[in-house]
Amino acid sequence: MSRKSVPGCFSRMVWKKHFFKETCCQCGTPDTEIQNEELEKRGKVKKRKKKNENKRVIVSNLSFGSKKWKENPNRYYDSNKIKTTKYTILTFLPKNIYEQFHRFANIYFVVIALLNFVPIVNAFQPEVSMIPICVIMAMTAIKDAWEDFRRYKLDKEINHMGCYIYSREEHAYVEKCWKDVRVGDFVQLQCNETIPADILLLYSSDQNGVCHLETANLDGETNLKQRQVVMGFSSQNALFEPELFQNTIICEMPNNDLNKFKGYMEQPNHERVGFNIESLLLRGCTIRNTEAAVGIVIYAGHETKAMLNNNGPRYKRSKIERQMNMDIFLCVGLLFVMCLVGAVGHGIWTRNFSEHPPYDVPDENGNFLSPFLAGFYMFLTMIILLQVLIPISLYVSIELVKLGQVFLIHNDIDLYDEETDLPIQCRALNIPEDLGQIQYIFSDKTGTLTENKMVFRRCTVDGIEFSHQENAKRLETHKELDLDNEDFAKLQHLTLPPINIETPGTLKQRTTRPLRRCQSARAHFQGHTRNRSLGRRDSNQSQVAFSSPIEKDVTPDSRLLRRVREAALQTENLSPFIHMKTSTTLTDFFLALAICNTVLVSTATEPRQRVTVPPPIKPSGITLEKIHQIFQRLKLASLSQSFSSSQSSSDLGASLSARNTEEQLAALDCCDNDDCCASGRDDGLQGKDGTDIGSASLDEVFKSVTNSSLPTDFCYEAESPDEAALVYAAQAYSFTLVSRTPEQVTVRLPQGTLLTFDILYTLGFDSVRKRMSVVVRHPLTKEIAVYTKGADSVIMDLLEDSAKDDISTEKRMKRIKEKTQKHLDYYARDGLRTLCIAKKVLNEDDFQKWANFRREAEAAIDNRDELLMETAQHLETKLTLLGATGIEDRLQDGVPDTIAALREAGIQIWVLTGDKQETAVNIAYSCKLLNQRDTVFTINTESKETCESLLNLTLEEVRKNYEVEKPRRKFFGIIPTSFAASEAPSPEFGLVVDGRTLNVIFQGGLEEKFLTLTKHCHSVLCCRSTPLQKSMVVKLVRRQLNVMTLSIGDGANDVSMIQAADIGIGISGQEGMQAVMASDFAISRFKHLKKLLLVHGHWCYARLAKMVIYFFYKNVTYVNLLFWYQFFCGFSGSTMIDYWQMIFFNLFFTSMPPLLFGVLDRDVSAETLLSMPELYKNGQNSEIYNLSTFIITMLDAFYQSLICFFIPYLTYEDSDIDVFSFGNPINTISLLTILLHQALEMKTWTLFHLVTMIGSVAFYLVFSLIYNASCVLCNPPTNPYWIMEKQLSDPTFYLLCLITPIIALLPRFFIFALRGTIGTPLILKAQQIDKLPKGQQDLEIQKLRSRKQPISGARVISPTSNDDLDQNISHLCVSPFLHPAAATVSHRDTESQRLSTSKVNHLRKETPEEGYYFFNRWAEEESTATDPSAGPFSGHYPLVPSRVTTPGQDSGKLSKGNENNFNHGSHRRSVSAVTL
Amino acid sequence: MKNKMSFLQQEGEACPSRCPDNSAFRQQRLPAWKPQFTITAVLSTFFLTGMFCLSVGVCLILSANSIREIQIDYSDKCSDCSKLRENSSNWNKECLCSVNFTLKEDILGDVFMYYGLQNFYQNHRRYAISRSDAQLLGQNVNNSYCAPFTTYQNGTPMAPCGAIANSMFNDTFDLFYNLNSSVTQVPLLKTGNSWWTDKNVKFRNPKSYNLSSAFAGTSRPPYWQKPVYLLDEEDERNNGYINDDFIIWMRVSAFATFRNLYRRVRRIRQFADGLPAGNYTFHISYNFPVTKFKARKHVILSTVVWSGGSNPFLGIAYVISGTAATLAGFVITAIHLKLRKRKTYFQK
Repeated sequence: MSRKSVPGCFSRMVWKKHFFKETCCQCGTPDTEIQNEELEKRGKVKKRKKKNENKRVIVSNLSFGSKKWKENPNRYYDSNKIKTTKYTILTFLPKNIYEQFHRFANIYFVVIALLNFVPIVNAFQPEVSMIPICVIMAMTAIKDAWEDFRRYKLDKEINHMGCYIYSREEHAYVEKCWKDVRVGDFVQLQCNETIPADILLLYSSDQNGVCHLETANLDGETNLKQRQVVMGFSSQNALFEPELFQNTIICEMPNNDLNKFKGYMEQPNHERVGFNIESLLLRGCTIRNTEAAVGIVIYAGHETKAMLNNNGPRYKRSKIERQMNMDIFLCVGLLFVMCLVGAVGHGIWTRNFSEHPPYDVPDENGNFLSPFLAGFYMFLTMIILLQVLIPISLYVSIELVKLGQVFLIHNDIDLYDEETDLPIQCRALNIPEDLGQIQYIFSDKTGTLTENKMVFRRCTVDGIEFSHQENAKRLETHKELDLDNEDFAKLQHLTLPPINIETPGTLKQRTTRPLRRCQSARAHFQGHTRNRSLGRRDSNQSQVAFSSPIEKDVTPDSRLLRRVREAALQTENLSPFIHMKTSTTLTDFFLALAICNTVLVSTATEPRQRVTVPPPIKPSGITLEKIHQIFQRLKLASLSQSFSSSQSSSDLGASLSARNTEEQLAALDCCDNDDCCASGRDDGLQGKDGTDIGSASLDEVFKSVTNSSLPTDFCYEAESPDEAALVYAAQAYSFTLVSRTPEQVTVRLPQGTLLTFDILYTLGFDSVRKRMSVVVRHPLTKEIAVYTKGADSVIMDLLEDSAKDDISTEKRMKRIKEKTQKHLDYYARDGLRTLCIAKKVLNEDDFQKWANFRREAEAAIDNRDELLMETAQHLETKLTLLGATGIEDRLQDGVPDTIAALREAGIQIWVLTGDKQETAVNIAYSCKLLNQRDTVFTINTESKETCESLLNLTLEEVRKNYEVEKPRRKFFGIIPTSFAASEAPSPEFGLVVDGRTLNVIFQGGLEEKFLTLTKHCHSVLCCRSTPLQKSMVVKLVRRQLNVMTLSIGDGANDVSMIQAADIGIGISGQEGMQAVMASDFAISRFKHLKKLLLVHGHWCYARLAKMVIYFFYKNVTYVNLLFWYQFFCGFSGSTMIDYWQMIFFNLFFTSMPPLLFGVLDRDVSAETLLSMPELYKNGQNSEIYNLSTFIITMLDAFYQSLICFFIPYLTYEDSDIDVFSFGNPINTISLLTILLHQALEMKTWTLFHLVTMIGSVAFYLVFSLIYNASCVLCNPPTNPYWIMEKQLSDPTFYLLCLITPIIALLPRFFIFALRGTIGTPLILKAQQIDKLPKGQQDLEIQKLRSRKQPISGARVISPTSNDDLDQNISHLCVSPFLHPAAATVSHRDTESQRLSTSKVNHLRKETPEEGYYFFNRWAEEESTATDPSAGPFSGHYPLVPSRVTTPGQDSGKLSKGNENNFNHGSHRRSVSAVTL
Repeated sequence: MKNKMSFLQQEGEACPSRCPDNSAFRQQRLPAWKPQFTITAVLSTFFLTGMFCLSVGVCLILSANSIREIQIDYSDKCSDCSKLRENSSNWNKECLCSVNFTLKEDILGDVFMYYGLQNFYQNHRRYAISRSDAQLLGQNVNNSYCAPFTTYQNGTPMAPCGAIANSMFNDTFDLFYNLNSSVTQVPLLKTGNSWWTDKNVKFRNPKSYNLSSAFAGTSRPPYWQKPVYLLDEEDERNNGYINDDFIIWMRVSAFATFRNLYRRVRRIRQFADGLPAGNYTFHISYNFPVTKFKARKHVILSTVVWSGGSNPFLGIAYVISGTAATLAGFVITAIHLKLRKRKTYFQK
């Protein structure tokens, strides 16, 4: 199928530039629910009220021939022809001009130009004065036209794509263009075809009536979505006959909600069939995995959901532009003053004469104006004359420069991510310079700081923890392996346990994977283009979301593995009815991991073909009988726990002693807590005897079985990365998910047998329940089981209160629960994402009852959601805890490094996450957001009073610290204050709050206190926050503190926050495209932020700021020349410069250098900017462009214009010079001065710069010569004929041109020189460093840093922080329960803690409410001295579950927590916790 | 550095289509010269500039000093005439006045004779545009800019039109050299004083067999005493629009105080080297009224040098700025030396 590719409608908008409000694609009526839909039982038809305004009624087009077309109700709906262009050829001019007049500046200039047509006030020849504004508007119009033309071409391409529509005449599907698709048409879609419109699915070649859909074009999610044929049609196995379709479709009006669609179909017999989004094929998506599908078009063209979502880039105003607008008002003020001076001056001048002198020319009738009136008219004339004070070309220039800047950012190879084949996307084109002024960064955690690649790390089953050290090691080494695959292979062989049968496969994948991902990622950005690359990809490669090697390969824990095998053989082969508690739990646990999800299976060879039917087990080399034999023997061996050498020396192979010792070591490593020890001991007992042989021999058996029988590398397509991680984990323990259909799921057990479960129900995950469940029927026992997995906080509350059972079981359960909870806390502390797995067995009756209930709920049309929720909650109770998993979300590459650099750049970083507090805090530590030395305040409370007093208390504490510091700061005298705040030597502060506290803060009006506190804290963590809270926090900070904010996130939950900030950055990661769609810039990795901000931000800011200020300078300098002349011409509005030369001056002679400067100047090289993040503060504090620099520049401009005017004036004073001969040198001088001024500002001179500089002067000269030579009559009434020629032969002219720029620029040059000599600001040092050779550069930077260190405390940001990261990871990996470093509490800390404790105690008396206040201070030094008696407040992180505590329990809890702490003992962070 | 570049290039080659080009321009790595304010650069700039300006300035001042100039304000000396002119009804009454002055030393070289006006705003906007270049080029057009000096009420067009032409300076000067009670008229050149291009390109008389017929159907501007074709009755090539005095007047002055070239001393006989020292008399035909708008009139005799007129300002400016630059250089040197100890880093 060779079809022309058409980029997706989203990506095509990326480069679209809108200067004005986007009008073409406004969202349709967003909320058009079908209103009068009453709760009806299906089949019962009531008379419904016609309310057509909220509904769309669609009937088949086939019943209307061409004649009867007028009767077709569909005829009013949009056709599928899309038109995203704004103009047609005819409407372009008026419409574009109209749009351009939306800009205030344009109106201003047009009004002035029109004013010039009034004879009494005109200052120039009216026709000529229209030129600048016309040129400016023409340039804008050309740019708009070009953009629109591109849109037009794209539209045309899309409109002419082909698709198959059922034709009434030919009784078959015929190929037609997309634009000819009409609502009510029947469209046949084939595999890999792009859907032309929103189509209601009526037929699918799939036997289950399912059609698979790839929505990457729409939301970037690469996993397949299922769409279901409308109920009632799925049963028709025969081919769908469009001509028989007589139903009327009633559905909601077009809206932009991609996930909502409702409607029903009324059959001829008035029976109604409901349908929802599950049956709608959306325009722009691609059909996959389905041979053919037929549907009726519901929405077409602009009414499709995809098009309605297409909002195009947004218009934001940058900080510089805001400041600029301010300054423009200042300029307007200045203009007013100058005009007033002119008016008053003219009035006085006119009044001076008793009789009208001959040079006071009367008007046409010979009348003279009164001085007052003359003054008033002169005011208007002055406005016209001095209009250029408001820089007319500034706006256009800024836009051009920004385009150039964006182009360069877009082309930066360092911001290109090879893995996803994505460069940075700049979606907002007008705020690149804001990147250089960011003061606050709000970051999401998952997917932003972390990779969102979930890796199974640990699990606890039945209260026993399995640490998975091998896996940890694997992850630890992963990074190196990325670089060197061969090494990896070796290592893999060493660490890989024998059960891992995938080695060849995974290795192969590892090498091919990056390529694959590359392609897939590219595809969803280029939209429809995907079709082109599809064939290639589909033929030989697969691409599945969440299946990078790091996620896929899980090295099983040897201890657990052994147990699993035991369990497996016990349960399945030997005694299905003997329930050994542990073993069944284990089996259940892994079964749950494998089953309880929505993962789809495909194989690597046929990626898009779902494995739906379990492949038959081929007879293998080892017969079942033999297996049985082995099991039998093993069972005996393990049961008796005796070692029998005769058995071991049989055909089952030798034991691997080396591995054995390794295991033992691992087991011993784990024995740092009691239960672990116990389990370890168990292991030891067993291991020595039978299991070695058992496992070894079993391995072989399994190997042979599995190798021969099944394709080994399944690809799992999961909706969320967690799910995939769990399935891969189960696979590692040989619980392999083999296939999944809506009805059945097949799992291969460790023994190699395939179990096919009937799925009775799947209760999908939602954020309210925070869990999902599957109801399955066990194929052997026929037992109905509910497997649930979900957030620990939820699952733990839903567990069975095992009261009815006997006491021992109850105790056991309780113990398991407690232990699991403890493990979960540890997991969270280590930054793992936790999930609890639980099970429930239903009896048949209960299930039937529930199933009926459920069916009713499903059938309900109205408030179905609530009903479904209710039924789900009904089912998910009284669960039995199986275990819990800890999944690591790995930090992205270079995150700590980036954060450290950004921090150094003076940016405050906040992390807003929906995750658990513990997880968030630990991620914060590992990514250097929080430092081990930092003092971290944690505020969790639900009451306003507590919150307020806590905030007060903390503030006091913080302030105390700052006061202590102050004298010291004075001592060091020279430190600028801006440095002191963030780099003070005292411990820095971190603040952790949770969503509830945020709520309290927002509702209780505590925002100000909170903000004051956060200003002292260098990092803030908001955990458990909702998307709304995220955006509220961003807005709060942005508005109240009036700072520049940047939000970065990757998921749909970050969209609101991204939109709330000044700059929104989306990470085009794994969670779809919503964040990217809402963002201004889209990057693919967090680390790119470093270069984006520190280099591009700095550059863009510096360039644009300098350019803007230069434009102001240029115009003021130039316009003032005219103003000074007014003092010598009786304020009559005369100009000494010819008007053409004047307008060309701004439009051409001096426009190119600043533009080039704005795009290309590099004040400091990228390398230096990256190695000296402090340079960023330059932009942050708006050092280049603020009011003071503006005023200084204005003063300089005044000075320079004075020089440029008065040097020639004094030279020519009292001579026979004529007006234009006087103006010509002035014009030349000011041109030279202005260009030389620019040259002084330029820090880099490339060939471009040189050429434009010289070119500008040359152009001026050539133009002037030609113009002055050719123009005898051209510009009545006056013209500068032959003036330039005359002047060029006059030495005075040259002397003037030499001296004036020198005098004009001398002060500026002097100050520049002084700045280089005296102060040496950082930026100059950086420039000096730039000049040095490479090696010396580093040396100097080090020197600089070391110079600063004694001032800024001992915080060393090591340049190799990647090592730190590794260390950190290794810490995590080795064992979180065993930290080598011991806790220490420095003397000073203890003191301050006591202080704070007493305060807190005092407080507690006053406010005995519930609420917690953790005052944690991390030990300052890393000494080895262990001092457990340092006080009850030292030790580990408090593990007080907040929801169960009441004030009465406080002390007990506290001490208990601390006991715990001591058990796990040594941790570097010392903490004091006080509970209120 | 090189390694890095090559690595990047390799990367670039390996990259699929969407990878940005690794060109120097796109990666902002264009070879560039980065000027810096190093102490040597700064000091050399200052001192070199200073030296250059000083030397040029000294030259200019020296050459300006060689200029000899006599400026005589006759607005008060001819008070009778000025009183007479205050009453516009006396417009056609002739008034002569003579001004004596003594040259203490010879004025050597080309001597230029100017008339100067003070406080006469020729650069007033509405005045300056009240002209018709097309008409002056000999074309027969009606130009609105000339209003209200375009036509008389009876419809007769003015030639030349406009306020500038109308207010043309019409005093005449004759210079007499009194040597031993014998009075010699100093020979003066009345042509060749205007720009060549003005005389030959920009100003053209209307084409006709003679001048008076060319201006037939037009009349003189209201302030004029004689029609335009009688401006110089002696020299056909200096008559009408191409009259030098007229052309010079039409070149609107930049300032309210200005001088216009009136005549050049013809260097023949005893005036071959310029004006010898002695007593001179200006015979002035006082026609141009100025007293009512507080203007003043001068007559000026001056020489010029290569650098322009008598104004010594340029030289002074050069000297001052040269001094300033040199001083700034010293200041910076001093600061630099003083701070040298503290600048332990970045010092090479």
